[in-house]
Amino acid sequence: MQKLKMTPISRRAAMRLLGAGAAMATLPKLAFAAAGTVADRIAEITSGKPIGDLEIWLDMPDIAENGNQVKVSFEIDSPMTQENHVRQVFVFADGNPEPDVARFDFSPAMGACGATTRMRLSKTQSVYLLASLSDGSFAKAETTVKVTIGGCGG
Amino acid sequence: MAKVKARVKVPKTAELDEIIEIKTLISHPMHSGRAVDSDGNIVPRKIINSFTAKFNGKTVFSVDMKPSVSSNPFLVFPFKVAEAGTFDFIWVEDGGAEYTASKSIKIV
Repeated sequence: MQKLKMTPISRRAAMRLLGAGAAMATLPKLAFAAAGTVADRIAEITSGKPIGDLEIWLDMPDIAENGNQVKVSFEIDSPMTQENHVRQVFVFADGNPEPDVARFDFSPAMGACGATTRMRLSKTQSVYLLASLSDGSFAKAETTVKVTIGGCGG
Repeated sequence: MAKVKARVKVPKTAELDEIIEIKTLISHPMHSGRAVDSDGNIVPRKIINSFTAKFNGKTVFSVDMKPSVSSNPFLVFPFKVAEAGTFDFIWVEDGGAEYTASKSIKIV
């Protein structure tokens, strides 16, 4: 694997990147996504509906030594039947350049709702989990992770 | 670029209606489009942006990934085995390249 040096980029370099990225559809959106938009994203997905208090087990370390590989694990107590299952789970991070981390699409065929993956954290921040259920309700969980060495390449 | 290699761990057999655990790992740098290489050039964004697990042709689980997912995306998820069959796992990279893996499971 190519060795990358994680140095902060200058404003000039950032502007150059923006210019180069203008041709790509995804980059402008990336550039405007700033910290603090997690609430906006949650509001967008729930479209103002109240968030219930379903039991969500979200497991992340309290302190991550390396922000490049932080394990995130969750489990939601759901019968996962056709009538009552977890449809989607969104993971957000409020201190990363882009709030969205991943979206998991579940199906009743899985029999249980849970997943584990690894994510990048650029600094100490909160990680949010939003679950969308088949009956149209939502549930949320939140945890804070202290990061000693950030990920995301500056 | 380093070769992209997908690895999947699925039990070979399961009891009927047993909930098994599937582990997947794909070697991929997940360039976020923000890191700088040793010459000071920005490494263009290139990530695995989606993962799909199919069982007997039907999508049972999928994940939409952003640059905040770590390099070498690793995923663990459950699956309830209601019949014998074959899993197909598909990873899609920015630019449309696809990487696949396949595993079958029997009922004991």
